[in-house]
Amino acid sequence: MEHHLLKYLREEILPTTHCPGCGCGQVLNAFVNAIDTLRIDPRGIISVTGIGCSSWIPSPYFKGDTLHTTHGRAIAFATGVKVIRPDSNVVVIAGDGDLAGIGGNHLIHAARRNVGLTVYLVNNYIYGMTGGQVSPTTPFGVVTSTTPYTNAEYPLKIAELVAAAGANYVARWTTYHIRKLIASMEEALQTKGFAFIEIVSQCPVAYGRRVGLRDGVAFMEYFKENSVSVRKSKTMSEEELEGKIVVGRLARRERVEFTESLRKIIEEQRTGTGA
Amino acid sequence: MKADPAGVLAGAHYLDGDFACGEGAMAAGCRFVGGYPITPSTEVVERMSRRFPMMGGIFIQMEDELASMAAVVGASWTGTKSMTVTSGPGFSLMMENIGLGAMMETPCVVVNVQRGGPSTGLPTMVGQADVMQARWGSHGDYELIALSPQSPQEAFDLTITAFNLSEIYRVPVMFMLDECVGHMTEKVVIPKAEDIEIVPRRLTKKPPGEFFPYRVNGNSVPEFARAGDGYRFHTTGLTHDERGYPVMSADCQEVCVKRLLDKINDNADDIIMLEEEDIDGADVVVIAFGITARVARMGIELAAKKGIKIGFIRMITLWPFPEKRIRELAGKIKAFVVPEINYGQMVLEVERCAGGKAATVSVPHGGGGVHDPDVIRDAIVGAAK
Repeated sequence: MEHHLLKYLREEILPTTHCPGCGCGQVLNAFVNAIDTLRIDPRGIISVTGIGCSSWIPSPYFKGDTLHTTHGRAIAFATGVKVIRPDSNVVVIAGDGDLAGIGGNHLIHAARRNVGLTVYLVNNYIYGMTGGQVSPTTPFGVVTSTTPYTNAEYPLKIAELVAAAGANYVARWTTYHIRKLIASMEEALQTKGFAFIEIVSQCPVAYGRRVGLRDGVAFMEYFKENSVSVRKSKTMSEEELEGKIVVGRLARRERVEFTESLRKIIEEQRTGTGA
Repeated sequence: MKADPAGVLAGAHYLDGDFACGEGAMAAGCRFVGGYPITPSTEVVERMSRRFPMMGGIFIQMEDELASMAAVVGASWTGTKSMTVTSGPGFSLMMENIGLGAMMETPCVVVNVQRGGPSTGLPTMVGQADVMQARWGSHGDYELIALSPQSPQEAFDLTITAFNLSEIYRVPVMFMLDECVGHMTEKVVIPKAEDIEIVPRRLTKKPPGEFFPYRVNGNSVPEFARAGDGYRFHTTGLTHDERGYPVMSADCQEVCVKRLLDKINDNADDIIMLEEEDIDGADVVVIAFGITARVARMGIELAAKKGIKIGFIRMITLWPFPEKRIRELAGKIKAFVVPEINYGQMVLEVERCAGGKAATVSVPHGGGGVHDPDVIRDAIVGAAK
């Protein structure tokens, strides 16, 4: 019997290119579960991706419109799509290097504009596709292939940054919290305005082996032990939160979505009722 | 098809080249612009952002030129005619997604109102030193089209042509104004909408399931499906097969990339626009474009007083380069004289095509002003000896 979610995938090009133990498969699973639960017609989903392992979650495997663009620019590209097709679900799935590194500015400004994109940032703490180089979310002190004497930089709290920039919906979960992640992905898909989830994920091959987490299971245990809820985190000091992953919803607002504002201006100017 | 009257400001106007370019874009059916302010190009988007709502167009001032070009390619994939506007420093940032546009075969127009460079260079002062960048600025092998207007009227007319060419060949078109043309104000006659021919997006009529985004049947340009219409297609900047799926092989690279080159090169005769004067019997042929074409005419007049037979070619299309025509002429004339506001860019192409059969004389200008016509006269006189 065919798996009931296989209809969302381009079967002819499976299996995926992801490594054994990678979290990308879990994210793809969670994503198609979310759209299946919400009964979203995949013909109404336009997926825009950048460059890196996480962009290969939907590109080319997800059977909607999938546009695989340049490194860091998926959100800017998707902005051009969304303002013309406001009724489509425009979804960006990409990694920490892509969205927090090279594309960080686009992420901030899309959140500020509150453009109605659904963005899933898969944070595996590393540049995986290129072989394990330090990323903007790599923890301090970790050895990577380009920080052979340990990382001297501090990691970016990317979800908190997006919340501060003005997104309507911001959450963080890990691949261990799969059911909560699916529920959160559903909330994001239903959000009008910019919706963002940082999905802390695992890369056993390029990151885990550097930090003693050699397979997917080891990561699941690590995420389970080191995650604290948003509520609990508020009772903890900065020192106590060191090395912890704060999971849950970080922001929810009802600001008017960007495309709606643009359409309103067009309507007002056309009818002569505007400024 | 005919232009949408909503975007056509028919009548006689007194416009600068930047405004005329914006009017041309709106007449051509452009309804999305992503841009970032940069002198001397900003007037184009100031004009368009004011007029756009009345025709349902959307302008977004993006956070930088990387985002601008990405948004333009994205908007074009919804089937909307899209454009960005910039000058040298921004043009450099756009190169990444101009390459994406070429690889995905995305119709769009990139306006570059050229100023002097390199780097920050000469804001508000003229240059023509981005013409090689227009051709070679993004990495890898690809072909595109670049046009160069000499007046505000042409800034209007040729912007429409730029959009039409981008639709026919599914390619980013570089619209290379220079600051002089951008900021020069002259009479611009805008025809009625019913007198403006525009090329719509060539949408596939195939149903989803039978459509392949990069399948070509005899035609070298594939049909288009809009994102959001339910085709569930894949497109990518990776080397891809006719399904749009990434295939990492030398064989696929050959098929994928070669067609990007062929679709322009095989149609070069249809794309190339030249204005020729007094070529028959000429000993020296002057080749120029943009504002320099207008200055060169004066140099030609001055040199003609000395009894030299001078022909003139104004390049309206910069890329693809009029290779065939230059080769034809090279065997018949003594020399080409190429004034341009850079230290010798297009002259390299002229020299290549002349193949040693005619001398090639570069008349450079570093930028910040136009040539002294006497300098062009002297170059012609020297070349005629």
